[in-house]
Amino acid sequence: MTEQQVFEKVVSIIKPFAKAPEVLASAQMETSILKDLKVNSARLVDVVLEIEDAFEIEVKDEDADKVKTIGDAVKLILAAKA
Amino acid sequence: MTLSAEEVLALIPQQRPFRFIDRLVELSDTRAVGEYTFRDDESFYAGHFPGDPVTPGVILIETMCQTGLVALGIYLLGLEVPKDEVAKTVTLFTDCQVDFESIVRPGDTVRVEAEKVFWRRRKLKSNVVLSLASGATVAKGTVAGMGVPRG
Repeated sequence: MTEQQVFEKVVSIIKPFAKAPEVLASAQMETSILKDLKVNSARLVDVVLEIEDAFEIEVKDEDADKVKTIGDAVKLILAAKA
Repeated sequence: MTLSAEEVLALIPQQRPFRFIDRLVELSDTRAVGEYTFRDDESFYAGHFPGDPVTPGVILIETMCQTGLVALGIYLLGLEVPKDEVAKTVTLFTDCQVDFESIVRPGDTVRVEAEKVFWRRRKLKSNVVLSLASGATVAKGTVAGMGVPRG
């Protein structure tokens, strides 16, 4: 998958949890999942689990803790799939 | 360490009049089963509804959560950290999807059967069924909560 494809899939995974859909519509790699998209921190666990299922990867808790932006998630996924 | 059912019950922070778990009849790293008998004098029956007491749905969800999230969460956390650390953590409700099929009256004993969906980064999600002693299902769904430091 290309970085753009991973980005789009991550955005679609986050969509049900985002309380700022207008920000999600123009999301960039730098967009903060918690601050900009207003995803509840407890829901971030659900996002990580859905990423694991969607991309068939395993995300360690310490790596998940480092995910702040959409770009962080994309890079994590691309590294796991490399 | 593995906490016993009695130890888990003692660590549950909710107390009367907001405690809806009398017994833990089963407890493991994947499952918890609890029971509670609704007393005739529960405070909410006075208003829900006058002359026709029915246990509020939100109280039934809380009952499902006290077994399926709080008790099971305490047990799971106890497998990872010392008991005194468990006591410093409280499980906060995050989200749920529950369907109701029947009602609970004063004096009814309910049974909550919870199966762990996942336990990650101190977030617990469980599939939970609440039933009457007759076996009739009252409510079922998914509940989730997260362990955070107390105070």
